[in-house]
Formats: sequence, structure tokens, C-alpha cells
Amino acid sequence: MRGPVRRTRKGDFELRLSERERQLLASLAAQLRGALEADTDAGGAKDPTLRRLFPTAYPDDERRDLEYRSMVHDDLLARRRAALDTVEQTLEATRLDEDELLAWMGAVNDLRLVLGTRLDVSEETELVADPADPDAPVLAVYGYLGFLLESMVSALSG
Amino acid sequence: MAAPTPAPVEVDEPDLGEVTEVDTPWIVLVWNDPINLMSYVTWVLQKLFGYSREKATELMLDVHHKGRAVVANGSREKCELDVFRLHEHGLWATMQHDR
Repeated sequence: MRGPVRRTRKGDFELRLSERERQLLASLAAQLRGALEADTDAGGAKDPTLRRLFPTAYPDDERRDLEYRSMVHDDLLARRRAALDTVEQTLEATRLDEDELLAWMGAVNDLRLVLGTRLDVSEETELVADPADPDAPVLAVYGYLGFLLESMVSALSG
Repeated sequence: MAAPTPAPVEVDEPDLGEVTEVDTPWIVLVWNDPINLMSYVTWVLQKLFGYSREKATELMLDVHHKGRAVVANGSREKCELDVFRLHEHGLWATMQHDR
């Protein structure tokens, strides 16, 4: 099956998304931006679902880890916000240059990290959930983001 | 005008094995996590470290099957930068003394 992202002969990338997909991505980007705004402490994320975005470097050395995290927190936050800016600015685009695609990729992966943490996914998690499962809608979004990311990786690698 | 650099007659090859022992007491680990896609992890390792697709795939499979893999090593400063770049890309990376 042909994915939604494809490298063109000119070297940029074609992005084929429906209006509904674009709306979904806009809403997810806005939600992630809101969560990041609400949680900007240099000591690490308070919101446990954001922890994967600001990880530990020294699991066995609390002092060094705190140093590391206070040193990189603002950079990690700025990069994640910048990626969301790019997604929002190019939300209606059908072509992306490589830098824009990399920003989209970063934002999509960040969203997967947050949703995956929220869903507490494991390697056994079935992405096609029972519709009665209260998590089914979020799982569907999580699965969709995986499909989109896979297509981006494949377009960049091809 | 600059003269052409003469070809060296004899080259003292540094013993990289020994240098590694002394100068690179830190390693960077990537840990298995159920969220990151295998293809994405492979791509990130290629992009950040310049690994071939084969090497990056091998490391990714080590992460997947053994739970973790050493993806880089070097001084503390270098490893910290590597960890930071992996964190930027959402991978679960840590560093420790290579003991």
C-alpha cells in the first residue's frame, strides 16, 4: 500500500492527507502545545505522560541527572515547540521540504510518545481495539500516527 | 604557492584499541521501548551516527531482542551530546561508565 508521504523527483516530499487527517493533526498539535506550556519546569516533566519527552540520562546518578536535565530542558522544549510551529504553519501543505518533513516527523513521534505513555502500551498491545474499549479512539489515533511515521521514515530512507 | 604535501614514507599507526581504553570511559545505551517504531529507531541511528543501514538495523535488533544496545562511546561530554540528540529524537537513551 502506498503511504501518504513520498519523495518527489525534485527532492522534496509529497504529503497526501485528507482534510480530516489534517484537522486531527492540528488538534493533536494544539493539545501537545498546551501540555508543554502547562509544564515547563526545568527539573523535568511533572506530567508523567510528558516524561518521555524529557528523559533521564544518568539513571544511577541523581546529581548528574539533575544537572543534565536542567541543562537540556529548554533546548528540548524549544525544539519540540519549533516542530509544532512548523506543523501548524504547513498544515495545509501538499509539499514539504526536508527540514519541514523532519519537523513533522519529530512532532508525530512526540505525539506517539505521549499517547503511548498515556495508553501504557506494551509490545503486545493490539492496535485494533474492541470498539467497547474506552481507549479505542485514542488507540486508533496512536495507530494512525504510527502509520504516518512509518511512511515518513520510508520516504526519507528511499 | 603551497608545495604539494609529500607522501609520508612511514606511518605510525596509533593503537586505537588502547586509546579507546583510556579516553572513552563512557558508553551510550539505547533501551527497548514499546512505542518507538523499529524503522524509526534504525533511521535515527543512521542519521545521528552515520551508521550504514545494516549496522543501524543490527543495533536496533539488539535493542529489540536484548533490551538494549551500546550505540556510541567516548568522553563524558561527547556521550552527553549523543544522549541529548537521541532524546531530541525521542529515543530512550542513557549513559554510564564503561565498566
